[in-house]
Amino acid sequence: MPDGTVPEHSTETAHAGPAAHGTDHDNAYAGLLVNDAHWAFGTDFEDPLAGVDTTVPDGVEPSVLAAYCLMLGDDALVASERISEWCSRAPDLEEDIALANIALDLLGQARLLLARAAAADPSVVPALPGDSPVPDEDRLAFFRDDRQFRNVRLAELPNGDFGETITRILLLSIWRLALFERLTGSRDAVLAAVAAKGVKELTYHRDFAGRWFLTLAQGTDESRRRVTAALTDLMPYWAELFGTHDVEAAAAASGVGVDPGQVAGEADAVLDQVLAVSGVDRPEAAPRAGVRGRTGRDGLHTEALSRLLAETQSVARAHPRGRW
Amino acid sequence: MTGEVRAEWPLYEVFVRGKRGLNHVHVGSLHAPDDAMALRHARDVYTRRNEGVSIWVVRSDAITASSPDEKDPLFAPSGDKVYRHPTFYSIPANVPHM
Repeated sequence: MPDGTVPEHSTETAHAGPAAHGTDHDNAYAGLLVNDAHWAFGTDFEDPLAGVDTTVPDGVEPSVLAAYCLMLGDDALVASERISEWCSRAPDLEEDIALANIALDLLGQARLLLARAAAADPSVVPALPGDSPVPDEDRLAFFRDDRQFRNVRLAELPNGDFGETITRILLLSIWRLALFERLTGSRDAVLAAVAAKGVKELTYHRDFAGRWFLTLAQGTDESRRRVTAALTDLMPYWAELFGTHDVEAAAAASGVGVDPGQVAGEADAVLDQVLAVSGVDRPEAAPRAGVRGRTGRDGLHTEALSRLLAETQSVARAHPRGRW
Repeated sequence: MTGEVRAEWPLYEVFVRGKRGLNHVHVGSLHAPDDAMALRHARDVYTRRNEGVSIWVVRSDAITASSPDEKDPLFAPSGDKVYRHPTFYSIPANVPHM
């Protein structure tokens, strides 16, 4: 424009605040002006449970809801701690960060689920000295013994090599994603919200692990040998994921939980699809027996869990009044 | 099975778009075994703090860069041509990121 001017109109009076966005058609830039101090970095985080009703739905036994939340929460907590052990040890910096991200996603799920368990039934929370500032979810994470943990055993097994961790994340995320997709319809608003957030995270975990499984299976002879050996070692723990515990059956019957037996077909189909593209045969594996039929959901674990807990809980237990 | 085994993954350059309407900005580089994994690595390394709505990755060896030796012939001639700068326009106060 040779005269050095731009058309002026009413933009001088346009609002930049979020409330004006719905009606402000005059200013094409209005949407860019939210949180502008850090415009190069999105900072619009959402609280996943903001505005969620935390009362226990009618007809739901609080102790069942709490026990069910502990199961799903312990799966996430223990898996997160295992994956966290890769920090500074992964094969590459990028994988180190990717694994840490997955561990943090699971830790976030665990925190919400343990907090939900405590809110639904305060009697599940271990007692500490009266002046202890430790929040409920931390009491559940750090002051329960291994027999009180309800996670599946697949989550607690000691880490092997990178191929083993990829295989385990693949198995766990296939199963958990199938559960969480159904859990979004839970009658408990908190569980539904946790599931809705978790579905996005687990979809990425499954994609990441599936892609790596394929890469390793179709990579070198050595990478293929390792990832197939990992699958052979882990598949005996697959059936446990789909065994329906009494608590899960009761939670499903009252509309707050999901019966894991219902997702077995879907999970098997997804796993077979990954194995097919990877050119890996599914190992014939007899399910790893529990103690008189009782397994992780009953609090009967491998000895690896008590060692993991000894390491993760010792500092918190030494300072029950600690402020962190 | 691929015949060739390399010790090092190729380098990729990463571009992230912060929000709708902005352009992609170069944020850094990383190593990855292939294009698809590079995108996932970029998501994990560069968008952990809610930075992005879109990611581009490109192999670093696919980028042709100017050389510091060419600095004068390439850039010096534009230094004294003030009439090429849009400084004779007034930008409305509510147009950001200019």
